[in-house]
Amino acid sequence: MSEELKCIHCGNSCGKSPVIFEGNSFCCSGCSTVFQILHTNDLKQYYHIEPMQGIRIEDEEKPANETYAFLDLDKFKTKILTFSEGDFLKVSFFIPEIHCASCIWLLENLHSLNPGIIQSVVNFPKKEINITFRESEISLRKLVELLVSIHYIPEISQHSIDKPSTDKSDKKLFIKIGIAAFSFMNAMIYHFPQYLPGHEFLEADIRRMFGWLSVALAIPALTFSASDYFLTAYKSLKKGIISIDLPIALGLIMLFAQSLVEIISGKGIGYIDSLTGLVFFMLIGRWYQSKTYQALSFERDYKTYFPLAVTQITETGNQTIALEDLKAGDRILVRNQEIVPADSILISEMANIDYSFVTGESMPVAKTAGDFVFAGGRQIGNAIELTIEKEVQQSYLTQLWNQAENPFTADNKLKTIINRVSQYFTIVVVLIAITSGIFWHFNRPEIALFAFTSVLIIACPCALALTVPFTFGSTMRQFGRKGFYLKNTAVIEHLYKVDTVVFDKTGTITNAQLSDIRFIGKELSAEQLQMLKSLMFHSSHPLSKTIYNSIEAEELLEVSDFQEIHSLGISGKINGMKLNIGSKYFVSGGKQESENLKTEVWVYLNDSVAGYFQLENEYRSGLGELIQKLRKKHELHLLTGDNDAEKTNLVRFFGTEKNLHFNQTPTDKLNYIRNLQQRGKKVLMIGDGLNDAGALNESNVGIVVADNVFNFSPACDAILRSDKFASLDKYLRFTRRSIKIVYTGFLISFMYNLVGLSFAVQGNLTPIVAAILMPISSVSVVVFASFSVSLSAKGFKF
Amino acid sequence: MSVVFVLVFAAIIMAGAFLVAFIWSVKNGQYEDTYTPSVRMLFDDPPVKIAEGGEQRAEGETSKEDIASEERNPKHETRNS
Repeated sequence: MSEELKCIHCGNSCGKSPVIFEGNSFCCSGCSTVFQILHTNDLKQYYHIEPMQGIRIEDEEKPANETYAFLDLDKFKTKILTFSEGDFLKVSFFIPEIHCASCIWLLENLHSLNPGIIQSVVNFPKKEINITFRESEISLRKLVELLVSIHYIPEISQHSIDKPSTDKSDKKLFIKIGIAAFSFMNAMIYHFPQYLPGHEFLEADIRRMFGWLSVALAIPALTFSASDYFLTAYKSLKKGIISIDLPIALGLIMLFAQSLVEIISGKGIGYIDSLTGLVFFMLIGRWYQSKTYQALSFERDYKTYFPLAVTQITETGNQTIALEDLKAGDRILVRNQEIVPADSILISEMANIDYSFVTGESMPVAKTAGDFVFAGGRQIGNAIELTIEKEVQQSYLTQLWNQAENPFTADNKLKTIINRVSQYFTIVVVLIAITSGIFWHFNRPEIALFAFTSVLIIACPCALALTVPFTFGSTMRQFGRKGFYLKNTAVIEHLYKVDTVVFDKTGTITNAQLSDIRFIGKELSAEQLQMLKSLMFHSSHPLSKTIYNSIEAEELLEVSDFQEIHSLGISGKINGMKLNIGSKYFVSGGKQESENLKTEVWVYLNDSVAGYFQLENEYRSGLGELIQKLRKKHELHLLTGDNDAEKTNLVRFFGTEKNLHFNQTPTDKLNYIRNLQQRGKKVLMIGDGLNDAGALNESNVGIVVADNVFNFSPACDAILRSDKFASLDKYLRFTRRSIKIVYTGFLISFMYNLVGLSFAVQGNLTPIVAAILMPISSVSVVVFASFSVSLSAKGFKF
Repeated sequence: MSVVFVLVFAAIIMAGAFLVAFIWSVKNGQYEDTYTPSVRMLFDDPPVKIAEGGEQRAEGETSKEDIASEERNPKHETRNS
């Protein structure tokens, strides 16, 4: 069937009128252009490695030629380039669209497209490409334009330039683990003979050598690999807090001191194997916990979203100017698909501003000359001129960001489960150590000190410290597999504590696209629908596209005299009949103002107004059930910037209108969250746009709903894939399970501690007991935590 | 039993060599991307257009590679001119 025809480039349906090039069909001219580029450069293999994986660009209108002009300026070049020496330049880009093997292949064969490119290397997990090129053959701007021409659009923003490399800490952790492993393995070799029967026949020289070698091994493990534990223990102690690192540091020091005493006195070989083993296991736990999603960014602020430079209109002509140099009163030019960088006033007659990233509202807003335009909107259509009213830093949205410094996260860090438990734990252990020391002091003074140190050694809460990283680390991975990406493992604990859920409306509980389309007016015949569809095929306006896709018609008819009148509508002739589609004013001459606040597209046909299409945001499927389930345990609120047209529908969902708030500005939202928190609520905010950014940041947990998780999303704690929206309650419930697993893990490690302590208080803790007990307790806790999380996840069916 | 001394030191030197190799590989960035090389190795040689096909570079983004690619450049240039 012809309807099944799929675009060779992107795999989307070609619809009824495919673009044909050399016998291949494409859904749009954009896809076909990329195919032509690859075809003429012998890169057709792109379509064989993984078929139909090309990237489709929704808006076929290419960004203006001048968009990347700022890359010719030295100021930006030096910032963007990672390396430059003479003619050789290196640059690294984040390309969110990298998704398959074909992408890797094509991007690593960029030199076939331009000989100036010497080497390009893709880092797939990070969605990053590192390019080495020669400036004499291809400029940075040309390079970026080349990537754009094959639809791999690099993200170039203030944020990506300022971002310091995060790899350093990762590398250091790897080296720490390597050294700890080295010490651990070798120390085991030296200690093992002591645990075998007949070890008493071992020559004293060899024993001494083994002893001193172990000490030599322990020193780097202790001073380098475990340095963080001592540092944090010291830091938190200075603040008067007993963190989990304190008993760990204490245990490590005691282990080393006791071993040193035994080795110097020649009594034995000490506990160095247990010591290095502990360090090794704990570092593994740390690494497991720190493994997060490399390609996802949770720290984005307006800087990611805004361009680096804008075109300034001066008397001498247009010039590219850095965003930070922009002053109030400057005149700027914003082209199709470009973003208005600061609050400004429109000079041009008409503008169509798309605020979808700001409010989540998918339809562009029409503006006329003299109107105030908030920063963050994207112009759609012809280039417009604006006068800057406020500098970027002072603009409404950016200010919102600056005031939203979150005081809550810092002090909440100290109240994590593990630190609460470790407080009691440390006190109890120290008490036991002192008691047994005192007891033996009066009974057998020679073992009093030994009993004291043994208690501290065996109580070293390694297993305790591993429970949380492994349980939460596995939980985070389970969530990630199901489309819910957390910033770090600490978010799980915050999610568990949440008792209030605040929703944003547009784009969050409704679909981002308008999808509920109804025609109101005279009933249209199939032929009339066909005509409407044919006319709308020629328009690039998002509304036309939405309606176009909703009309079912066999073929497209020929349109003559097509006209697109900016911000008003389209007109054309089909079979001699005139059609107008657009705003009410355009079609019927009536007033623009409409009582009905829904989006309307009016139709003029057969010399009369036939009626209008009404478009509404559809609520996400499963919203009703989700709210029913959440309501049992959480207080629900709704904040929206929209008017209360949808009130009755929303009341049906939420059951009450008490917590529904309309006409909320971004600052209102932020203050609302603050209020809730002051009343002691633990707030989960779920939103999507930049206007929620303040509230997302302020709340205890901020979740962003996104259709494409790699695209721009405001700073948050977690990103939820939009098709998983209805599972939100399950994720929340699962965190409760995770906390239960953590507590069970604690219980297991306490049991081991009890066994160990029973040896220690009697003064019977031999190196072999420590060497068996400590690794077993760690390993069993790790195994328990990982297995029970993945088992529970199976039962949950997110 | 004095042979044990020799063996122990031989063992520690060998293990130490591996530790050094590990640290080098970390600093070299070999753990930064553990996925892409597995895909890259399955690709065919670069498009036939490149004359010196035998000189296709191995995967990996070591600093040596960069030198190698710079060495390759003169030829690259002659081909294009």
